[in-house]
Amino acid sequence: MLGRRWWVPWLWLAPTLILLGVFLIYPALNTLVTSFLDRDSSNGIFDLVDDPSSFVGLDNYQFIVENPQPLRSDTHSALLNTLLWMVLFTSVTVGLGLFVAVLATRVRYESIAKSTIFIPMAISFVALAVIWRFMYVFDPDIGTVNAITTGVGLDPTAWLQDTGSPQMVLTDAGPDDLPKPFQINNFALITVGVWNWTGFTMIILSAGLKGISTEVLEAARVDGAGEFQIFRRIILPILAPTIVVVTTTLIILSLKTFDLIFVMTGGRFKTDVVATQFFKEAFVNGEFGIGAALAVVLMLFVVPIMVLTIRRFQVQEEIR
Amino acid sequence: MSRRNQSTGAKAAPRAASRAQSLKRIAARLPVHLTLIGLMILWSIPTIALLIGSFREPTAISASGWWNAVTDAFQGTFNLTINNYKEVLQARRMWQSFLNSLFITIPSTFLVILVAAFAAYAFAWMKFPGRNILFLVVVALLVVPLQMTLIPVLRLYVEVTPNVNLPSVELPVLGGTIGGGKIFGVNSFVGLWVAHVAYGLPFAIFLLRSFFGALPKELFESAYLDGASDLRVFFRIVLPLSGPVIAALVIFQFLFVWQDLLVALVLLGDPDLAPMMLTINSLVSSFGSDFQLLTAAAFISMIVPLFIFFALQRYFVQGILAGSVKG
Repeated sequence: MLGRRWWVPWLWLAPTLILLGVFLIYPALNTLVTSFLDRDSSNGIFDLVDDPSSFVGLDNYQFIVENPQPLRSDTHSALLNTLLWMVLFTSVTVGLGLFVAVLATRVRYESIAKSTIFIPMAISFVALAVIWRFMYVFDPDIGTVNAITTGVGLDPTAWLQDTGSPQMVLTDAGPDDLPKPFQINNFALITVGVWNWTGFTMIILSAGLKGISTEVLEAARVDGAGEFQIFRRIILPILAPTIVVVTTTLIILSLKTFDLIFVMTGGRFKTDVVATQFFKEAFVNGEFGIGAALAVVLMLFVVPIMVLTIRRFQVQEEIR
Repeated sequence: MSRRNQSTGAKAAPRAASRAQSLKRIAARLPVHLTLIGLMILWSIPTIALLIGSFREPTAISASGWWNAVTDAFQGTFNLTINNYKEVLQARRMWQSFLNSLFITIPSTFLVILVAAFAAYAFAWMKFPGRNILFLVVVALLVVPLQMTLIPVLRLYVEVTPNVNLPSVELPVLGGTIGGGKIFGVNSFVGLWVAHVAYGLPFAIFLLRSFFGALPKELFESAYLDGASDLRVFFRIVLPLSGPVIAALVIFQFLFVWQDLLVALVLLGDPDLAPMMLTINSLVSSFGSDFQLLTAAAFISMIVPLFIFFALQRYFVQGILAGSVKG
């Protein structure tokens, strides 16, 4: 609107700002304060006001960096696992979602294909844990995955417990040829995540695909463009902003991965990520300071994403 | 095909050519079909395992794989039961908690999209100082762990809970009630709505702002020149053009709230107000590790979200609306 009064945008934003302020910004700031306090500081700012001696400076961050108790809480393993989730879970889920969203438009059974991929999203985490723990059971007479692997002549694998590297499934190679996060059980958990979330990326990308008019595609086909060319030259450029949005969302989701690991392994067998370790430290071990510091580290992971997001929006505005 | 080939003479040659061409096209499409159907089968296996498991006896589930139920069925022995479903559905308060789930999820979903759309419109199409910083804050909030926020929020809710009850309405034929509890704060539907809206906002704003920002500028310029107000542009141009993305958000927000256990667990103590997930959870924990009940409960709790998905699916299937929005 031309000549908009200065307070109009703030009116549109008011409900959002109030809700975010109370439910997210204040708790986040409180967490930041808690991360500099000692273990019992469950009340954050109030603890600091009541008892200034609860301030411990950077001790909690030092704990995360130096990893002094790898048997009780292995912070290095959690950080590396989070990175693995971030890269692998995000790329596979976005890739598969794009693959299905684009391929399904070529077939008559599009809606059945999309529904099939979507259904896992509707299964609650508790049920998801039940079914996948059964899928991964060691006994090939019960566990589906081992029934298949033994069916093709491999040995059964303890998918959720085995911390060895994946080539051990195929060969009898020695343990740990690959460095830390590349563990069989991490890959098994990420598989569950991909199965669960591909429907999510598929739907958002499908919503983006709806913006591409069918006439453009038909015209390209009439002009003799191959399907791959159409994908690369027409679909991909138009879909690019949506792909960025989906990737950003998935990276953040991967950082927040909590329920899945919590219900499947409880973070045992070195499958903890930062989000599960934060929960254990704060609510199981009663280490509120360390827990808060882990949550702050999690927020630091997003800084590069935030910078990229803002760049993208600036570009979007310049080409308007 | 074969009937067409019975045509004679001069027309036969081009027919044969086009037939070869269509065969070629089918062959070229074969990899598409194979990979897609392969993925569909792969994706269905766990769900089918869950479905079959929900009809098996508890002893059978831990004794043999789900495929045994299938092979048994082919040999003529049906060892299936609907007792798991019966037990879940007959649990106390299951119907009431289903109503509660609807009463929690529907307003939360509607409100989060409305509030987020207002904010996303301001972020995408209004200029004001601090806009980028504020948007960065929203993106950063996406990653705040929900668990971290619950202690401060609960403390606040306990302070502000008034001693006033929300009226409850008896459902005439089906039984059960809608509403009840406190009017705000702890043990209150309104309090839970507000919390769910707040937690859903960052993702909704982030997604909507991206789509709103991609709408063509000319639309806005001509509308503004015609003297249209922001409200008019928002309701007449922006919302109608954002059908697919809003449909996607409805599905996700509905799912997130429907499947939520944590927020309801902390903010609703009264079992009469509990949503389905909470009731199922306490049913299972009171029976120990009765996973066969969980599998049945999983399918019962999937019905409504899947219904929403199918109802909105036309927004994601190509060709019905395509062309109406030129991005």
